Order: sequence, then structure tokens, then C-alpha cells
Amino acid sequence: MIAANDMMHAALAIALLSLVIGQILSMVRLVIGPTPGDRILALDTMVINALGLVIVLGIHQGVRVYFEVALLIAMLGFVSTVALARFILRGDIIE
Amino acid sequence: MSLFFIVALPFLGALLPGVMNAAGRSSCAGVTFTVSLSAFVGLLTNLPAILRGEVVKARIAWMPELGLDATFMLDGLGFFFAFLILGIGLLIIAYGRHYLSRDDNMGEFFTYLLLFQGAMVGIVLSDNILLLLVFWELTSLSSFLLIGYWKHLPEGRQGARMALTVTGMGGLAMIGGMLILGQIVGSYDLSVILQNRDLIQADPLYLPALILILLGCFTKSAQFPFHFWLPHAMAAPTPVSAYLHSATMVKAGIFLMARMWPALAGTTEWFVIVTSAGLITMVIGAVIALFKHDLKALLAFSTVSQLGLITMLLGTGTAFGAMAAMFHILNHATFKAALFMSAGIVDHEAHTRDIRRLGGLRHLMPVTFTIATIGALSIAGIPFLNGFLSKEMMLEEMTRTVMFDSPLLVPVLATIGSLFSAAYCFRFVGHTFLGPVRDDYPSKPHDPNPGMWMPPAILAVLVVVIGTAPFLAEPFVKLVTASVLGIEAEVPKSYIKIWHGLVPALYLSVIALLGGLVLMLIFNPLLRLWDAMPRPEAKTIFDAIVAASVSAARALTFTLHNGSFTRYAMIGAIAILAAGYHAWITGSVGTPTRAVQAAGPVPIAGWAMLVAASLGLVLLHRNRFLSLIFIGIVGLMVSIGFVYLSAPDLAMTQFTVEVVTIILLLLALNFLPNRTPVESTTLRRVRDASVAVASGLATFALAYHYLLRDAVGTPISEFHLANSYKGGGGTNVVNVILVDFRGFDTYGEIIVLGIAALLIFALTETLLRGPVRARLLNRVPDQPRAGDMHPMMMVVVTRVLMPVVLMVGFYIFLRGHNEPGGGFIAGLIVSIAVVMQYMASGFSWATARLRYPYHGIIGAGVLIAGFTGIGSWFVAKPFLTSDFTYVRIPPFEKFELATAALFDLGVFLAVVGAVMLSLESFSRLARRASSQDSEHPMDIDPSREEGALAPDGTKPEAG
Repeated sequence: MIAANDMMHAALAIALLSLVIGQILSMVRLVIGPTPGDRILALDTMVINALGLVIVLGIHQGVRVYFEVALLIAMLGFVSTVALARFILRGDIIE
Repeated sequence: MSLFFIVALPFLGALLPGVMNAAGRSSCAGVTFTVSLSAFVGLLTNLPAILRGEVVKARIAWMPELGLDATFMLDGLGFFFAFLILGIGLLIIAYGRHYLSRDDNMGEFFTYLLLFQGAMVGIVLSDNILLLLVFWELTSLSSFLLIGYWKHLPEGRQGARMALTVTGMGGLAMIGGMLILGQIVGSYDLSVILQNRDLIQADPLYLPALILILLGCFTKSAQFPFHFWLPHAMAAPTPVSAYLHSATMVKAGIFLMARMWPALAGTTEWFVIVTSAGLITMVIGAVIALFKHDLKALLAFSTVSQLGLITMLLGTGTAFGAMAAMFHILNHATFKAALFMSAGIVDHEAHTRDIRRLGGLRHLMPVTFTIATIGALSIAGIPFLNGFLSKEMMLEEMTRTVMFDSPLLVPVLATIGSLFSAAYCFRFVGHTFLGPVRDDYPSKPHDPNPGMWMPPAILAVLVVVIGTAPFLAEPFVKLVTASVLGIEAEVPKSYIKIWHGLVPALYLSVIALLGGLVLMLIFNPLLRLWDAMPRPEAKTIFDAIVAASVSAARALTFTLHNGSFTRYAMIGAIAILAAGYHAWITGSVGTPTRAVQAAGPVPIAGWAMLVAASLGLVLLHRNRFLSLIFIGIVGLMVSIGFVYLSAPDLAMTQFTVEVVTIILLLLALNFLPNRTPVESTTLRRVRDASVAVASGLATFALAYHYLLRDAVGTPISEFHLANSYKGGGGTNVVNVILVDFRGFDTYGEIIVLGIAALLIFALTETLLRGPVRARLLNRVPDQPRAGDMHPMMMVVVTRVLMPVVLMVGFYIFLRGHNEPGGGFIAGLIVSIAVVMQYMASGFSWATARLRYPYHGIIGAGVLIAGFTGIGSWFVAKPFLTSDFTYVRIPPFEKFELATAALFDLGVFLAVVGAVMLSLESFSRLARRASSQDSEHPMDIDPSREEGALAPDGTKPEAG
């Protein structure tokens, strides 16, 4: 039988590792592109992954405030993606 | 009357002429006169004390930490000069009322005049050398305004600039000298300095201090080689010339030499520098004056020469010399002011000051003729006029002065100077007033109204009275001399009288007078000789020096500051590198006190991504859009890093700033090419790259060393941690530092933030007014527009999110004092919430719903923060002292109320206003003529009756 604590640790480690791999893969996509759309999507994915990273780190270190950082990222992270996308489509982001 | 009041009166009164300007010229002059008269009467109330030999003092501690106190002192010397300044000032004001024409702005003139008067009185009454310096600079500034009073005349403006440059430079030198003096004595109080003669003269820094102070005196009093500015200052209106350039300001340098006499005079250095400068000035001034055709230029050089005479007398360092100097100052003030005013009358009536076009005015202007003749003959040294007395005292002193081991050098030169003085005086009278009446004057001259001739006439009467009855002036002159010398016993016993018997000075006087007559007789051949002689033109030399300085300054400034940011960054980086290298070489590095910790896979992955993003940014930076994405990644990774290193405050700030930055850069990028062109050479790029790499490596080395060691000093963070809750009432140390410990810094920062935002607004507004506006309006987008202008999805999402984001912002703001958050982060969050609406529904839709302008929000923020700070004054605490208390309102739990939260509200508002104003200003530029503004929130709106707009902003065809 695995202790709950150990399982938690293992789960956290796996989650962390997966997120990091996800980040790295997004990074690769970001570098190779080829279209700006791909790159914006890569950035957006990285923001989501970062959100996950912060939450996992929060659980790992047991600090509640991290979830508020996560809240901020979740709430506002899409704004830069939208802005970049609008720039590609329309040039002017505030029309 | 208190000395403070005497000094303050002209400054306070300077407000009145401008106010009274509309009430007419006489009331304007009248109120000025009254102000001066009050100060004058106030001065006279101190006369009995002065006559009793007392020194009147007044002191207020101003900035005691700097040794700068507002200390005033009135002794015989100060009284003498203040009497001249205020007394002659009264005459000048009366004269100026009639001299200025209707086109001149009289209120402006008298305002400057009173400012000058106040500064002058301040100089002569100061008992603190720093205070004296302040007034000294004020006279330079106010005389600049007065000389350039006729702004439409280029000579006036150039003369004013030259006077300001020369006297300002001297003032600068004097500041240095005075500071040295203060350092030697250990006090900036004049009365203390004057009592430490031996200490000062034994100090190795005595000579530099002396030279620096004398530079100030010589420039102000137009001594050789700085005499050239005075004739050019004659472009000023005549009342100014009579007041500043004969009676008062140019005597400030002489006053200071007299004032500093007990401390500085009596040494060989003093004697050689001061006497030779005075002697050269006297002779050169007199010679040039003889050949000047402009009446005022003649008088200007005459003033230069007479000031040289006084300087020379002070240079002798003897008690008799000082007495002669004081007496001559009095005499010169009377006859020279009278002469200037007479010249002004001639100019005013005949409309020319050129001696060659004048002559014969004796019959047309008998009153002016009488006044001018008395003045001129007094300078020349005719008996029964006051100039004769002091000139003879001067010659007597000179016969006793031995310079460079030659007993003849000084007397001969002094006699030559007197001889030329007599000659130009004869020429002044002879060529202007004597001779036949001419019929080609530019205007028909006649005596002016009494208002104009009365002031010089009063002075002329004084000239005669002192000249015939010198015993009237004698006690006063001795009193002043006593305060110059500092010791009453040293005042010479000799009487000032007309007949001394057949002494050498009398022979020299006679030689000078006769020589002057001879020069007059052979004037025409002499003039031809003078005109044929090559002479250095001071103005040309001055202009060349100024031009050279300007181009040198330009060369330096434009090399360092060429307007390119990369240049500044490079210079900054190299300077910091050099400083760091110096510290590394000269300092020592302690042993490491911490061990290197192992890094886990997650931090390494984060680090690798940060490096990859930075590298990508460097390699792909020419594609600007791509670089923005890379910047976004860098920001994201840094935020995660902050979270990992337990700094959630910083993570939140970094993340929100990142979003705002991307929006701001995208707005700007809209007007810029998408690619950065290759502009620099390979060599240059290699150079820049090496600077960048070196700085990066240096930063790494510094960080590495720092991380392995404890700080050298005790870190302040301990204090912050200990006092954050106890003193600031908050457990979030970061926030308590921002709003409490370093609240004043934050206050300054939000003001700067507000200014920056206003500047962005102002610049874009200016762009929109200028020729750029047409280009912007007709701009064709560089790429085809795709998609919707205001997509419904986005509108709905942002609207739904808006209250949520605002709530989060409110929450983060409120709990900022105790846990991560605060006004700054909340401000950024709320700004992003608002910007989302702009992006979703467009500029005009959002602007139409804007209730308060962003400028107002910035202002409100700064005001709230400021008033919070001021609030602590009411409980007698320093600015921004914070306080907190705990209250309990059922059914809530006990909670804290802190003034710091109010301050934080100010920060919040300023941040919201500044961010929104700058974003809005940028997007305002993108308003195009081709795209139609829509007042609807979204393109496809089920509730809308009319058709939607097509993506290119035009209405689709019906059907």
C-alpha cells in the first residue's frame, strides 16, 4: 500500500514534469512557428501551462497565496493573447 | 524699523507696480516711490544708533544645518550704501516716471527696479556670506531684466546677456571663494569672519579664496579685464544706467572689497592684485572715454575709470586710502548719477546721444547745461566741487604708494588717468553744450519739465555743497571708514578740506587739469590717430569665446546625447562596468559564507526556457511582432520564477505589467514597420555586442558573488520585518514599505508616473494638431483587415469578466496591507479590466461611457495621497506619518483601519489614470478617416435594427 502522502508527492512530481514538458514543447512550437498564429497559440498554451505550474507549486509548497496568482493569470492571461491576435487580424487593437 | 522689513519692503512692493499699471503712469510711479520712501525712512530710523557707533543686528535661523541664516547687520558702511541705494533710487524713480514713454510698460520696469533695489539692500545689509551670495545673484538677474528692458532692441538683449554672463561667472567664482572662507573660519557669519584676519591670512587657501572673491568683485564692478560689459549694458534705459551702472550695482564689488577689508586686505597679494587692476582700469577707461562719441558710452567708460580709481585706493591697504575711497564713492554717486540723467535728458530732447551731432545746447537747455557742467567739472577736479576733494586725496595717497620698487610708477599713471579724466569731461561739456547753436538736431531740444531735471539738480546741489563745505560730510565719511577698518582708532586724523597748502597732490591736480585742456585743444589730430590705431574689440573677443564654449559644449553633449537610446545605454553600461571594475580592483572580496544549492529539474527547465526566449529575442529581434511574443515569454517565466522563489507580490505585479506592456507596444507597433531594418555596420554591431556581453557577464559575476555571501552591512530588511506590524500595522512588509516606510518615495513616484502619462497625452495631442494629423487620417493599413471589428464573443466575455475582475481588484486592494496585493497591483488589474472593454467595443464606444477624464483620476490620486500626508500635520507629526487602529462593526469581525490604506487609494487612482491615459493616447492616434466609428458595442447585435458593419468598416449594400 502506498501512503497517501507519498502518492501525493508522486502525483505532484508527475504533474510538474508533465507541465514542464508541455512548456518545452510549446516553446519548440513557438520557435519553429511557422505562422504568427502558431506562435500566439504557443504563447497561450504556455500561459495555461504556467497557470498549472503555479497551482501545482502552490499545492506542493502549501501556500494559499499562489492560488491568487493563478487566479490573476487565469483572469487576465487571455488578454495578451487576444491583443496579439487582434493585432494580426486588424493591426489596431483598439478600434 | 527692523532690518528684515527694510530688505523685504522692496521685494514685497515689487508686486504693486504691476497691479497699479492699469491705474495710470503716475500712480504706478507713485506707488513705487512710496515703497522706496518707506524703506528709506525705515533706514533713517536706524541712523541715531549708527551715529552712536552701534551695530544694528537682526537674525532668523533659516537653514542652520547649512550655516545659512537670515542675518542682517547695519553698521556705518552698510548704512552708507543702503542710503545711496534707497536715496538715489528715489530720485531715479521720479526721473524714470518722466523718462519712460507711453509705449513702455511702466509696471514691468518698476517691478524690476524694486526687485533690484531689494537685492542690493540685501547685499549691503547681509551678515551671512551665503545670504549675501543669494542677494548677489539676485542683483545679476534683476539687472539682466533691467538692461534687456527694451526687448525689441538687439543691443539691449545682447548687452543684457553679456552682463549676465560676465557677472554670473564672477558670482560663481565668488561662491567658491566664500565657501573656502567659511571653511577656514568655521562660520559663515560675516562678523565672525571679519574678526579672524590672522587665521584667514595665514591659511594656505587664502590666495585662492582671495582671487575667487576678487573675481566676483572685479566682474561686478567692471574692473580690467572684465570692464567690457559695462559699456554694452548702456543699451538699457537711462534711469537704469544712472542707477545700476553708476550709483549702485557696479559699486557692489567695491562694497564687498570694503566689507572684506578687515579680513582680506593688507597683504602683498591684495595690494598687487587690487591696486594694479584698479590702476589699469582707471587709465584705460579714461583714455577710451575720451574718444567715445556716444554720450552714454563716454560716461560708461568714465564710470569704469572712476571705479578703477576707487579699487586702486582700496588696494593700497592703508587707512587713508580707505577713507579716500569711501569719500569718492559718495562723490561719484552724486556727480555720475547727475551726469547720466543729464545725458538721458539730452537724448530725450535732442533724440541723439552722438556728440558729433550735438553742440551749442547751452542756449537751448540752460538748466541741463548747468547740471551737466557741475557734474563734469567735478570729475575733472575743479576746486569747490566735491570731485576735487576726493581726487586730491587720491593723488596724495598715490604719491605715497610704491609699487614694484618704483615710487614714480603709481603717481605718474594716476596723474595720466586724471589728465584723461579731465579731458573727457571738458569734451563732454565743450562738444555737447558749448559752441554755436546748430540747426540740424534730429529734434528741437529744450529743457524738459521739472520732474526730469529736478532729480539731477538735487544731486548737483549736493556736489556743490560737499565741495564747498566738506566739513559737513567729514564726520559721516569717518564713520563709514571706521566701519570699513573695523577699528575706530585707525581712522586718519586728517581733515577733509579744500586748501592743504602747496603739497605735491595739488601740483599733480594742476598738471592733470592743464594737460586735459591741452588734450582738448589737440583733440582732432588725436582722434585721427586713435581711429587709425588697431584696437582689440572686446565684444568680438567675448562673442568668440562664447561661440567656442557653445561649440565645445555641443560637441560634448551631442556625442553623449545624440538622441539614440542605444547610445545612452552603451555609455551607461560602460560607465557602470568601469566603476564596477574599479571597485573589483581596489576592493577585496570576502570568503563565501553560503554553499551552492543543487537545482532541481523544474527550475532548470524554467531557466532553460528563459535563456531560450532571451536568445530567440536577440536572434529574431528584427521581426518586431515575434520579439513581442518572446518578451511575453520572458515576462511569464520571470513571473513563475517569482512564485517559485516565494514572492507572490512581485509575481502578480510582473504579470499584470506584462499584459499592459504588450498592449502598449502593440498599439505603438501599429504605426511602425514590422521589421527593424539593418542600419548599423557589422563592426558597430560587434562593438555593441561586446559591450552587451561584457555587461551581462559582469552582472552575472556580481550576482554570483553576492548570492554566496552575506551582505557587508546589516541589511535593512531586519528592521522592516521587525517594525512592519508594530509600526505600520501591516503584515505585508512589501506593502508597508511602499505606503509607509518609504511613503514619500512612493508619493514622488506616483507624481512622476502621472507626469509621464500627461506627457504622452500632450505629445500625441500635439501630433494630432500638426501635419502628422493629415498623414494619420489618410493612412492606409499595411495589411488587409480580416475578421470582425468588434466580435460578439469578445464583447460578451469581457462584459461578463468585468465585474469579476473589478471584485478581484477591490479584494486585492483591501487586503494589500496584510497580504500580497495593494494599490499598485489593484490599479493595474482594474486598468486591464477597462482596457478589455476598449478592445472589445472600440474606442469611441468606450470613450462615450467615460464619466471622469483620466487626467482627473491621476490628479485625484495624487491629491488624495498628498492630503493623507498633510493630514498628519494636524496632529503635529511630520508629513506622511501613518496611523492605524482596529474597529469592530457587528456583525463583522474586528478589522483594521489605517491611514496608509487611504494613501494606497491615491496610488491606486494614479496608476489607473496613468495607465489608461497613456493607452488611450496611443490608440487615439489610430483613429482613421477611412474607418467609421461605431457607437454600438458589437458588430452583430441581435437587438440592433440597422445592418452591421462589414469588416472593412463600411456598411454593406442593402439587400
